[in-house]
Amino acid sequence: MSLTTEFTTTDGYKLTLNTGLFINNEFIEGSSTIETVNPSTGQVITAVQAAGEKEVDLAVEAAHKAYYGGWKTSNPRERARLMNKLADLVDRDMDELAHIETLDNGKPLTDAKSFDVPGLAAQLRYFAGCTDKVHGKVIETQGKLSYTIHEPIGVCGGIIPWNFPLAMLSWKIAPALAMSNTVVIKTSELTPLSALRFASLVVEAGFPPGVINIITGYGHITGDLLARHNRVSKIAFTGSTAVGRLIMKAAAETNLKKVTLELGGKSPNIIFDDVENLDEAVFWSRLGIYMNAGQVCCAGSRIYVQEGIYDQFIEKFKALAASGTVGNPYDEKTIQGPQISERQFDRVMGYIETGKSEGATCLLGGNRVGDAGYFIEPTIFTDVTPKMKIMQEEIFGPVVAISKFKDVDDVIEMAHDTDYGLAAAVFTSSLKRAITVSNRLEAGTVWVNCYNQISENTPFGGYKQSGNGRENSVYALDNYTQIKAVKINIGL
Amino acid sequence: MTVNFATEFTTSKGDKLSFNTGLFINNEFVEGAGTIDVINPTNGEKICAVQAAEEAQVNAAVDAADKAYREVWSKTSARERARLMHKLADLIDANVDEIAKIETLDNGKGIAFSKGYDIPEVSKTLRYFAGFADKLHGKVIETEGKLSYTRHEPIGVCGAIIPWNFPLMMAGWKLGPALCTGNVVVLKTSELTPLSALKLAELVKEAGFPPGVVNIITGYGHIAGEKLARHPKVGKVAFTGSTAVGRLVMKAAAETNLKKVTLELGGKSPNIIFDDADIDQAVAWAHKGVFFNHGQCCCAGTRIFVQEGIYDKFLERFKEYTSKTKVGDPFEQETFQGPQISQVQFDRIMGYIQAGKDEGATCFMGGNRLGNSGYFIEPTVFTDVKGSMKIMQEEIFGPVVAVSKFKDEADVIEKAHDTTYGLAAAVFTQNITRAVTVANKLEAGTVWVNCYNELDYNTPFGGFKQSGIGRENGEYALDNYLQIKAVKINVEL
Repeated sequence: MSLTTEFTTTDGYKLTLNTGLFINNEFIEGSSTIETVNPSTGQVITAVQAAGEKEVDLAVEAAHKAYYGGWKTSNPRERARLMNKLADLVDRDMDELAHIETLDNGKPLTDAKSFDVPGLAAQLRYFAGCTDKVHGKVIETQGKLSYTIHEPIGVCGGIIPWNFPLAMLSWKIAPALAMSNTVVIKTSELTPLSALRFASLVVEAGFPPGVINIITGYGHITGDLLARHNRVSKIAFTGSTAVGRLIMKAAAETNLKKVTLELGGKSPNIIFDDVENLDEAVFWSRLGIYMNAGQVCCAGSRIYVQEGIYDQFIEKFKALAASGTVGNPYDEKTIQGPQISERQFDRVMGYIETGKSEGATCLLGGNRVGDAGYFIEPTIFTDVTPKMKIMQEEIFGPVVAISKFKDVDDVIEMAHDTDYGLAAAVFTSSLKRAITVSNRLEAGTVWVNCYNQISENTPFGGYKQSGNGRENSVYALDNYTQIKAVKINIGL
Repeated sequence: MTVNFATEFTTSKGDKLSFNTGLFINNEFVEGAGTIDVINPTNGEKICAVQAAEEAQVNAAVDAADKAYREVWSKTSARERARLMHKLADLIDANVDEIAKIETLDNGKGIAFSKGYDIPEVSKTLRYFAGFADKLHGKVIETEGKLSYTRHEPIGVCGAIIPWNFPLMMAGWKLGPALCTGNVVVLKTSELTPLSALKLAELVKEAGFPPGVVNIITGYGHIAGEKLARHPKVGKVAFTGSTAVGRLVMKAAAETNLKKVTLELGGKSPNIIFDDADIDQAVAWAHKGVFFNHGQCCCAGTRIFVQEGIYDKFLERFKEYTSKTKVGDPFEQETFQGPQISQVQFDRIMGYIQAGKDEGATCFMGGNRLGNSGYFIEPTVFTDVKGSMKIMQEEIFGPVVAVSKFKDEADVIEKAHDTTYGLAAAVFTQNITRAVTVANKLEAGTVWVNCYNELDYNTPFGGFKQSGIGRENGEYALDNYLQIKAVKINVEL
């Protein structure tokens, strides 16, 4: 059976898509198939192979064999060479990968080309640079030579979401590989294609079979199997908080594998009246919520504007939000593509309905765009109260709630009225205010005078119920390391 | 009405000990929902009753801790945190005699150990971590157009659930890193050994810790421990105990507020003795490795693997050395081994000894109860064991060891890894290449070479595989009590 398919995009780009499961450097059949849909049109692109218990076992066994068969003890220079080579191939095939990403996910092609695919390469290169800089400690102890070794863990499972398919893939595999772990990645069944195309590059780069395995499957089937697998020693999950709990429970009920979680958010974006440049604050705020059609875990979905500049801000923000082109993601002018699926579309529209029925004012948007695909207008709610659903629950769509605030104590209290703690932002020109407010905010990332600035070398992760552990930067290596203390008696 | 929970007890040696039996919340000793009887394992008799925490008391403790964190401790300077920790350490040292006796009374460990090891370790641990309070460094990271830096912030209210085998030492392992990083603590002790921590509580108040920063409560694991693990205001829970309960703690966290979890669980650690080992050293350390603390040690070397060439010699000398083990009244200075902690544990261990015999292993020495009061068991050695036997797979947590033969390095590494645990291991050899390469290969959080059970407050301790998550002690322990915030300030974009 053929595990590739040809597809031509609406902008005339010819793609060859891999549709198999990528295990042991080969594409193989699965237990069933899953259709993946183009969210811009609602049409099926193709069907991909899906992994059941048998294939998950195959993938984990392949990873286990590769780990003990040489990857665990591989030379760090060699790991770095392979990761850098893979990054070079990603750069070479940037155009094709970006087209696949836009086809499967719906994000504007300009975003895929400027952020998603370059981010994948950057992540690989950053962690390639870490491979030979993993240092244990030598610790002074009586009568002994004591030292620590920072060892890999073994087979690491990664369960990634559909909002930034390639970027999320890189966030999981790069630190894992750098630390000599092998990986089994389960992509989202909504966006399997770009990772499968990337898998061809894994072979071309020369990675030994079994080091990187990429499988498609439903979360509640394939993901659950991976989270419960006895030979998987660590699982990293990015997705909803609800599913994060299931992963942690699955680990607790089986082999107590290490767990890191990157979950939801309801991040506050706070704009003080001494903001340096209101137009810039408006620019960043818009990026903060409407980027990726609002499908960003750290989206600034609650904006708090200080009383004095509230009206001005609303006027400018409304104008800027309304001016963006929502539509065909292949069009250069487009800044917002469709939501990922009909289900997510319905969910977001449901929240918009709820916002209205709970008494908030729908200042802008609130409607579907066009009648094909899952496009939603950039939407603004005002006259919101803290306990409204649209202020408490993560919508994951182009919907923002804007509130007024009096002073710093007032807004910090409101900002913290959430179980989440993924990110936050502060807009101010005052040095003292910038530092003290960012100190006080309970969030894993605090932006000052900007939003959604994410890079491979700064840590990212949640406070409170937004997650456990940090991704990116050297902090991420901790998630893929286990510490061994060796204590040699020389005088006792 | 304030009820005074202070009480006194006179030991068999005539020492008068005073301690409080209340719940220590907000710097006060208060009433619980009920009481729990504390038993002296040396004679099976009741020492006293202590107040027990249930849901309401756990809530009160967490609320006190939360308030203390927000209003006081989060604003307390590093220097002040360190000063208080040093003061507490000083008070422990000043009272080491009484505290050690309380520990021996409640736990049954030899007085030489309580006074010479357990209690001094607590003050050493506190002082070590006090030194870190003002050395928690974030990073400044080069990013385009921005000033980006990280802050290593405390989590807030940290719950700690500790076991009965090293009662006060385990309290120190939790309090040290938690307090120096700016967190507040609700510590639930084991209902089997609540007394020494309650004594510590008096010293916490005397040292001058603000109310609510350190709260110490007694309670059953499935009641108070569960409530703590599920509490929405507790940002992190650290648990030391069995693997089975470790799972429950992790599930509890997953089902509630996804609090951070670290676990220090069981072990079935291999002690590997090559034929080029110093045999007398190996015998002495192997004995300490399994019989220290009456075998009630998570990292105990309960599976000894001896290379063929020296097997018989090792066994003969090990038998002779072990037969000299002084088992008896823990208040006697020369006692090495006291009673097991409780009737339940005693029965459990005797059950394993029986299983060993039933499954066909040879009970080479020991295997019986000692005396007829208290929970004393003879140091017990099994030989002719198979890897699949219960006594080779399951954690016994008593003075029982299984000794096997091995051929060569490849053979013994495979046998050593035939376990779901990975807490510790040891290698005895005089060859440097072998020492380093075998230590590299062993899947364990601590590997000792030519020694055993050498724990230090500044080297990390924790499990591979199902022996746990996270590391205690050393600088590595700080990670468990910190959360990373990235601050990114736009200056040019």
